[in-house]
Amino acid sequence: MSPRGIAKRIGMSAVTVLLAMLLTFVLLRMTPGSAIDSWARDYATQRGMSLEEAYRQITAMINYNPNEPLLTQLGRYLGGLLHGNLGMSMIYQNVSVNEIIANALPWTLFVLSISLVISFLIGINLGAMMAFRRKSLLDPIVSIYAIITSSVPNFIVAILLLVVFSFQFGWFPVNGAYDPVVEPGFNLPFLSNVLYHGALPILTYVITTLGTWALTMKGSAVNVLGEDYIVAAGIRGVSERTLMSQYVKRNAMLPLITTLAVNFGFMLGGSPLIENVFSYPGMGYYIGQATQQRDYTLMQGLLLVTSVAVIVANLASDLIYARLDPRVKLEEG
Amino acid sequence: MSQGFADFWRTIYRNKKSFSGVIILAVFIFMAIFGPMLASLDMTVKFDNRYASPSWSHWLGTDYGGRDTLLQLVYGSRDVLTIGLFAALFTLVIGFVVGAVSGFAGGRTDTALMFVTNLFLTIPSFPVLMIVAALVQIKNPVSFSFILAVWSWAPLARAVRSQLLSLKNREFIVACRIMGLRMPYILSREILPNLTPYLAINFIMAAQGAIVASVGLMMLGLAPYSPTNWGMMIQLAVQNTGGIFNPKGYIYLISPILCLGLFQMSCIFFSNGLEEALNPRLRSN
Repeated sequence: MSPRGIAKRIGMSAVTVLLAMLLTFVLLRMTPGSAIDSWARDYATQRGMSLEEAYRQITAMINYNPNEPLLTQLGRYLGGLLHGNLGMSMIYQNVSVNEIIANALPWTLFVLSISLVISFLIGINLGAMMAFRRKSLLDPIVSIYAIITSSVPNFIVAILLLVVFSFQFGWFPVNGAYDPVVEPGFNLPFLSNVLYHGALPILTYVITTLGTWALTMKGSAVNVLGEDYIVAAGIRGVSERTLMSQYVKRNAMLPLITTLAVNFGFMLGGSPLIENVFSYPGMGYYIGQATQQRDYTLMQGLLLVTSVAVIVANLASDLIYARLDPRVKLEEG
Repeated sequence: MSQGFADFWRTIYRNKKSFSGVIILAVFIFMAIFGPMLASLDMTVKFDNRYASPSWSHWLGTDYGGRDTLLQLVYGSRDVLTIGLFAALFTLVIGFVVGAVSGFAGGRTDTALMFVTNLFLTIPSFPVLMIVAALVQIKNPVSFSFILAVWSWAPLARAVRSQLLSLKNREFIVACRIMGLRMPYILSREILPNLTPYLAINFIMAAQGAIVASVGLMMLGLAPYSPTNWGMMIQLAVQNTGGIFNPKGYIYLISPILCLGLFQMSCIFFSNGLEEALNPRLRSN
């Protein structure tokens, strides 16, 4: 991959980020003026200041003043973003959107990355085995499993898991990311408690994405199995085990790596539902709270950070893929 | 034409998966169209009749307000299917037009349209849908479908574009262009029939996706206009009954979930056979 290709790919992502900013600005502009007015009124009575003063402070806090000309509004908004300032939350008093996201993002990334790794690893191994033992029972079983899990939306699986494992058996906690009694920090009780609380959300993602990974891997592996170098290796007497792990799996995995990013984006997009079912305090949970309570600044901040996360993930997977597979060249021209 | 039609059904019939998909789909459609005519749903709260167990008068028992669960499912199916139908239609129209114009026009138009498409592909749609639902009051299934479609056409547009790029240079299209036929004419008369199988499958998948998204939004309480929509039923079961804590509410919670899953599965099965039935090259003898 040429440096020019990399630069172009990064430039494209930067423009996409810019467009995402424009989109969140448009959403912020759709905030009803009355929401800001009533906030200003509350703020004025609380602090004992004049309405104009309160209004001025609030518009400074949220990087947005509906009474300014459009371009000034946009300038103010983008200026705020460049300073890394997403504004103040409208509902959570005196808390900035930055703080909320800083608290929420790690939980979402924790759950998503662990689930992605687990389901990817199990999925590719299942898929490779399905391709290798075409006649075994594994193939139909996994296919049926994939059909069932793709017809039941993941948030439904989440509800069912919650009903069965948290309420019926009482094995897992009902909400939160960790018990308030444990001391947050890098120690064993805290980490195990975090895992214990994250288990059901992780299980939900793994259950619902596993089948697709396995089927995609099977398709890819069947293609690889037909390649000449596999046949040649087989004739050379390479053992079946080595053939599967060193020859087939490695090559068949490559195209799946790009879909990792797509899957990450998909899971991140679906996280509002899962995290709300488990009351898990990640990004999605707060998007749910913000939309239900009409917290417009929090909404735009969360959407922007979510979008940027997906854009960065896509960029990373493109660059990594081009590095892993020398045959791939980023589109030029 | 009638010959083609018979062929079509024969292929569907032979494929056991897609045949069962068609049957289930037909039951749901029948339920949505005629169900509400056969029985009337009384949504007034009757506290003395709460959480009734399944009986002859209430086949699936009653909910937290003493209303019949089965009838709610039947009435809800109308709303759910309307959303699926319209959202799929809108998605198909936007996706086809954007993809076709982009692929056919090429050059700057293509670059610009594909850039927009990529933007819609990257930004996670569900959070955006949530925010739009919070900003706009969703009051009926048609406007709901439109909102859903606005964020779901992008993958289709990209696929149509790539199909068009390969069709564009085929002889029959080149001939049309040499004859001086205009783009809208070529698109509707020559290109569209060639993409029909592909679009038909995407119609089913778009309906399926829209229904999942709509149920998700309703579950978060962001489109509370119809208490019998399956998504709303799930939300009410979780919020009002404490469907998760209260075993008495389990039937009320599980039945919309089952309907939803069954509907989704029938869509997948049907589209599976549809591909075979509409694309003669895939047909095995």
